[in-house]
Amino acid sequence: MTTKRIAVVSAGLSTPSSSRQLADRLLADSAGLLQERGVEVEAKVFELRDLAHDITNHLLMGFAPPKLEEALDAVASADGLIVVTPIFTTSYAGLFKSFIDVVDPQALTDLPVLIGATGGTPRHSLAIDYAIRPLFTYLHAIPTTTGVFAATGDWGGGGDGVRSLPDRIFRGATEFADLVERTDRSELVSDPFALDRPMGHLLGGLAGE
Amino acid sequence: MQFGIFTVSDITQDPTTGRTPSEAERIQATLTIAKHAEEVGLDVFALGEHHNPPFWSSSPTTTLAYIAGQTSTLQLSTATTLITTNDPVKLAEDYAMLQHVSGGRADLMLGRGNTGPVYPWFGKDIRQGLPIAIESYELLHRLWREDVVDWEGKFRTPLQGFTSTPRPLDGVPPFVWHGSIRTPEVAEQAAFYGDGFFANHIFWPASHTQRMIALYRQRFEHHGHGTAAQAIVGLGGQAFMRKNSQDAVDEFRPYFDNAPVYGHGPSMEEFTQQTPLTVGSPQQVIDRTLAYRDYVGDYQRQLWLMDHAGLPLKTVLEQLDLLGEEVVPVLRREFAKDRPADVPDAPTHASLVRAAYGDGTPRQATPNANRGDNLTLGSPYQDGAAPVAATSTGSAFGPAATRTAGAR
Repeated sequence: MTTKRIAVVSAGLSTPSSSRQLADRLLADSAGLLQERGVEVEAKVFELRDLAHDITNHLLMGFAPPKLEEALDAVASADGLIVVTPIFTTSYAGLFKSFIDVVDPQALTDLPVLIGATGGTPRHSLAIDYAIRPLFTYLHAIPTTTGVFAATGDWGGGGDGVRSLPDRIFRGATEFADLVERTDRSELVSDPFALDRPMGHLLGGLAGE
Repeated sequence: MQFGIFTVSDITQDPTTGRTPSEAERIQATLTIAKHAEEVGLDVFALGEHHNPPFWSSSPTTTLAYIAGQTSTLQLSTATTLITTNDPVKLAEDYAMLQHVSGGRADLMLGRGNTGPVYPWFGKDIRQGLPIAIESYELLHRLWREDVVDWEGKFRTPLQGFTSTPRPLDGVPPFVWHGSIRTPEVAEQAAFYGDGFFANHIFWPASHTQRMIALYRQRFEHHGHGTAAQAIVGLGGQAFMRKNSQDAVDEFRPYFDNAPVYGHGPSMEEFTQQTPLTVGSPQQVIDRTLAYRDYVGDYQRQLWLMDHAGLPLKTVLEQLDLLGEEVVPVLRREFAKDRPADVPDAPTHASLVRAAYGDGTPRQATPNANRGDNLTLGSPYQDGAAPVAATSTGSAFGPAATRTAGAR
């Protein structure tokens, strides 16, 4: 049985948070779909609230304290990443962006990403496509075409009655599971301290060869 | 093993008094600190290079030459010299000159710098930082070892028949350390040439330093300069001491909390746990430093940052007294224990001359009379060519490397 690694990052600020709840549901559907196909899932869930001080220290100091380093390593070496952020003043939460800013810019290349977002009303749902999606395409990650937005009303009867939140979660999870199943990314992850260009190459490269 | 201090030359407000020293005051203070380093028995003083306020050290060889004139045993080094934005030709000239006036007490540590705008100020592109460092050092290395250099590269104007003067003291180039926090290619560069590798160490967790040093040692052996254990390693460190450790904590905290770089970030407790910063008694500094050997192996040079963040001169001199009287004597004794006989000391001019000439007479470069130019036949020097000592050729890695090695 093959095993795929999924990292889950939730940027919700309250406890409990609806962002975390959405993240858990996205993970549960994705993991369920993968398991049906005989793929074992190893998931690690991180709430950025717990890492908020470490993230600030990293921004100021240039290195990650141990707890944050564990999260960064888990994201960099994953086969799939599920992210959920609240939408604040028309975009991702500042804490979420700060986290992305301390991720090595090469670390998300070719990484399947399932994007989730939460907000007070469905009027913010396009923030996924104009703010969050470009962030991941810039980093050469592979966001699924479906992003899942959960407005407050979606948690009760006030949501979309035709395409309900569980339907949208399932659709996003299906696209994500397809990508995760196919990638062998966690086996290829590069070591930042490994030497991939020995000196002969470095000097030769200068000679234009 | 060598022990010493390094300074970044920051001019920082003392947070306990609100007073900021002038450039003149801080420059004079640094000269006093360097002289005191020798007085308390330290071996090395290393000076940073910056090209923007609030730093003063834009012209390290001028400063180091003055210190050389005021001291007699202190080894003078840099931390770091910018191999990216300085012209390698001028570096070859300046540091050979420093080597002469200091009587062979000069070495240097190369780095790429941490201030982005310095690149455009000196006409360079920061995105090319690493390729520039590789090319510039290759040229610097040749200028010190070949009397007449023909050279063409991507990042400076070509040279035809160029001779860098003065030739290195006794025909032996200054020893070079390469400093990097997290770039494996720089560890490889140091290993390729058989040069030293210095891990900044103070802004990164020990696990990162450990990985970089391990890579350097492994590549040093690969390139045929000796065993991995014989590679030349230096480490940074940072300490603030008082006899009573709680006094050290209380006194240093305002400086820590407001320091440029880490102020207003992690707490002093977090930072001392995650990096080599030690705030406490001399014994705590001894214990912490001895433990470095557990993850980098026996090493050659330990430098501490002691004078930054607005600490007043008087306090810094007291710190040096503690280092020289209580810490370093114990470290010398303890590091010598169980140190394998084949692990070398940090190279000095004397050891490099001995390695190059044995009991023979070192080269004294003497120009031919009234030579005028280098472009006609032969060498501009009476003895024809420098007896090149310990030229590194590395190992073969394909046609490009073979061609480059052949040209060296």
